[in-house]
Amino acid sequence: MIVELGHFALVLAFVIQLAQASLPLWGASKRNLGMMEMGRGAAIASFLLVALAFAALVNAYVTSDFSVANVFQNSHTDKPLLYKITGVWGNHEGSMVLWVSILTLFGAAVAWFGGNLPPELRARVLAVQGMIGSGFLLFILFTSNPFLREIPVPANGQGLNPVLQDPGLAFHPPFLYLGYVGFSVSFSFAVAALIEGRVDAAWARWVRPWTLAAWCALTIGIAMGSWWAYYTLGWGGWWFWDPVENASLMPWLAGTALIHSAIVVEKRDTLKSWTVLLAIITFSLSLVGTFLVRSGVLTSVHAFAVDPLRGTFILLLLLVAVGGSLTLYAVRAPSLRGGGLFAPVSREGALVLNNLLLSCACATVFLGTLYPLFLDAVGGPKVSVGYPFFNRTFAPLMVPLLVAVACGPLLGWKRGDLLGAMQRLWVALAAAIAVVLVGLYVARGGPVLSVLGFGLAAWVACGALVEWAERTRLFRAGAGESLRRALRLPRSAYGMTLAHLGLAVTVAGFAGSAFEQERIQEMRPGDVVAMAGYDLQFRGVEEVQGANFSADEGNFVLSRGPRTIAVLHPERRFFPLQQQTTAKTAIHTNFLADYYLAIGDPDGKGGWAVRAYWKPLVPWIWIGAVIMAFGGVLSLSDRRWRVGAAEPARARPLAAPAE
Amino acid sequence: MTRILAAALVFLALAGVARAVEPDEMLANPALEARARAIGKELRCLVCQNESIDDSNATLAHDLRVILRERLVAGDTDQQAIQYIVDRYGQFVLLKPPVEPATYALWFGPACLLLLAGVGTVLYLRRHRPGPAEAPLPLDPGEARRVAELLGEGEG
Amino acid sequence: MTMKRLLFALPLLLFAVLAGYFWLALESGRDPHELPSAMIDKPAPDFSLAGVDGTAGLDRKELGGGVTIVNFFASWCIPCRLEHPLLMDLGKRLGVPVYGIAWQDKAGDATQFLKQLGDPYRSVGLDESGRVGINFGVYGVPETYVVDKEGRIRLRHVGPLTAEDVAKELVPLVRELGQS
Repeated sequence: MIVELGHFALVLAFVIQLAQASLPLWGASKRNLGMMEMGRGAAIASFLLVALAFAALVNAYVTSDFSVANVFQNSHTDKPLLYKITGVWGNHEGSMVLWVSILTLFGAAVAWFGGNLPPELRARVLAVQGMIGSGFLLFILFTSNPFLREIPVPANGQGLNPVLQDPGLAFHPPFLYLGYVGFSVSFSFAVAALIEGRVDAAWARWVRPWTLAAWCALTIGIAMGSWWAYYTLGWGGWWFWDPVENASLMPWLAGTALIHSAIVVEKRDTLKSWTVLLAIITFSLSLVGTFLVRSGVLTSVHAFAVDPLRGTFILLLLLVAVGGSLTLYAVRAPSLRGGGLFAPVSREGALVLNNLLLSCACATVFLGTLYPLFLDAVGGPKVSVGYPFFNRTFAPLMVPLLVAVACGPLLGWKRGDLLGAMQRLWVALAAAIAVVLVGLYVARGGPVLSVLGFGLAAWVACGALVEWAERTRLFRAGAGESLRRALRLPRSAYGMTLAHLGLAVTVAGFAGSAFEQERIQEMRPGDVVAMAGYDLQFRGVEEVQGANFSADEGNFVLSRGPRTIAVLHPERRFFPLQQQTTAKTAIHTNFLADYYLAIGDPDGKGGWAVRAYWKPLVPWIWIGAVIMAFGGVLSLSDRRWRVGAAEPARARPLAAPAE
Repeated sequence: MTRILAAALVFLALAGVARAVEPDEMLANPALEARARAIGKELRCLVCQNESIDDSNATLAHDLRVILRERLVAGDTDQQAIQYIVDRYGQFVLLKPPVEPATYALWFGPACLLLLAGVGTVLYLRRHRPGPAEAPLPLDPGEARRVAELLGEGEG
Repeated sequence: MTMKRLLFALPLLLFAVLAGYFWLALESGRDPHELPSAMIDKPAPDFSLAGVDGTAGLDRKELGGGVTIVNFFASWCIPCRLEHPLLMDLGKRLGVPVYGIAWQDKAGDATQFLKQLGDPYRSVGLDESGRVGINFGVYGVPETYVVDKEGRIRLRHVGPLTAEDVAKELVPLVRELGQS
């Protein structure tokens, strides 16, 4: 009954989304306030309906209702409750419902919190959201319906991949989707602005919070996915340039460019057509990612079960959404009149450079990910593009970007004093050089190039602090004056400083990972292995039983000299239903480095294969990401965006498009 | 559909049977082992399709690691050992795509893109820089009329 | 159309090209997991394998002199069971000998498998280590190879054979090779 209710809710939501897609749009063109306001009601109603459908699906999983085909295929009574719930989005159909839930959530949020938006803009934004929602709900109802029944009702389910039964992995899709799908709002704003024919500072201010929120979520989502891979896969890898990973990285790169570009539109009323294009591209990349993962055209460890019909449908959605918006862009964007002029060396210029580098990086990842497909489609040889390509092309683009991150904020608008900025950054340069020198000494004979990463991280971090010191007149005015200034700085300023600091921390983490040490050997109970100043003693293995697995649990003692630091229990788990063995690693972290331990197969003679790694600074990769996201959230909480009032009299209407 | 399911089953059957580099695979000679590890990182595990054979848990990866080490012990150079595997599995087994006419677009693409975008950016910046004398933007007809009106009123 | 207009239309044009590629990829129906064999037109590798059941085993010399089919299977391989019924009269259908290689399998298990499902092969070799498979470029089971008169590999089929595969791929090729 509940299942049917859920199904019906989806159908109803589809109908309402259709209304949301059309009525407000018509209302905006006719300046009919009633019609426009219907968009808000429709958005909230469709969200509630989709949420209901989602709840119905969760209920089916929790109650192990195997009459629902989706539950039968992906769940099992023996699964712990948490994983029954998270299993809802561990498969294609369920994850699409999550996708649409988040889409309608954002639509409802715009309806609810967008009181400060001018009615026409809001109506158009909601209309575009409605179009996207209609498309995807249709997709679900026709090709990916989670509520289909399985008759006769099986006694038990086919379980879930044991690799997916993990808290980190379970929660990473919702964050990712909040990010991917959140960018739909930026997209809707861009399309609405193109329809209206107006992009101005006010538009940029309204679009910023939504873009930032999506960006924060995506940053966390990507970090979680990476962290999960790190502690699950047994050797501590955390990024593989897998097509699905790249599919999440590309919107992130474009989204970062978008956030920065929107600042220029807001402050200087220029870079408009480029910002609008970025907003379209960011969400388009999310859609392309959805296509790649679910159509089966690319190989990936992550890909869902594929079905060419689904692929075709998503391609059609892509054609309409991306093709439509880019057509609108081609027609309307030329008439967007730019405002401020600026010298190449200026804050705007630095942000243009930022955009240039991020866009090229994004395009590079795109090229590398899709090249095998391109080549195959034209009948060329089958090649594989792995990390060697990306390391050689992506990393060099990031170096000038990181240098600019420290300089840019110190340049003035319209006309910047580069020499002055560089002079103020002497501290950062000194710090970077010092770090590099120390690093070269430590790394002699080792990964020397990574030392450059440390230097860049120091440069960025000090640069962010120098910028803050400038604003608070630290060491220049009195302590009291500085404190006063510091307290009065807007939150978005702290947001920026934190975000850039977080970036530095992450870059340091990347660089640190090159210095890892490993010990791979057979160990017998009593054996001790020394690495990086730690001693690891193997005590033995015992068999334990889990909810739906049996495991060999290792007992290891980690000590430093005479002091015991930790007792570690890596496991080797066997899942009888799936006939699969997975590793559960044991990691001891002091937040400066990780001691990473995994146990392998027994050698049959009392010894066990043991893999131990010491990974310096690697935790900083994810700590940095969290700091970045926190910076974004801090910026979001800046009261300025909430107060950003619509002043229609000020926003100058555009001259009619020429020719 | 069955084909896809079947293929998935094959891969599922193979996953999780062996582990990434095992102690018993490792060579006694550290120099050779280091070479083997380095080469292993460059070869794709065909069954997992986005891991190197050095990292992968699959049986095929294990077999290839063993074979790689055998070739090195037999005296092959790095190139010869890699070629041995490429002869059997094709270019796809290389994680670093070869630089050949079919992949020129891939390897030189990013640099070309950067160049093109860079040139475009420079042109854009040129066009948008304020003039040397900082001449104000010209007024459009509506504005010019308004200014004339205001000036006229001021005088009157 | 001014230069400016063209520039603004560029993203759309690029997207159109991209969509075209996606369409081609979808339409081709190619399974991205399927890799082309690097051994096509190369001579089949040398090998000499023991049998599974006290039987003779399989040697490379038996390939060549005529068109042959080599099928890699394993007792632990589920898709192999799917294609097995087809293999039973494959030899008769194609008019060529079908040889089997039990890949990464144990003699006892392979024997059980063949006893259970039938033995379609003229002879079976046991490749317990999987090394012979690697020399063929095998990356999973089942895989089926067509070897011509000179002992060169001419076709590799990945995954279980279906009736359609036999009709569309194997029959024409075997006929063509037989005539030359």
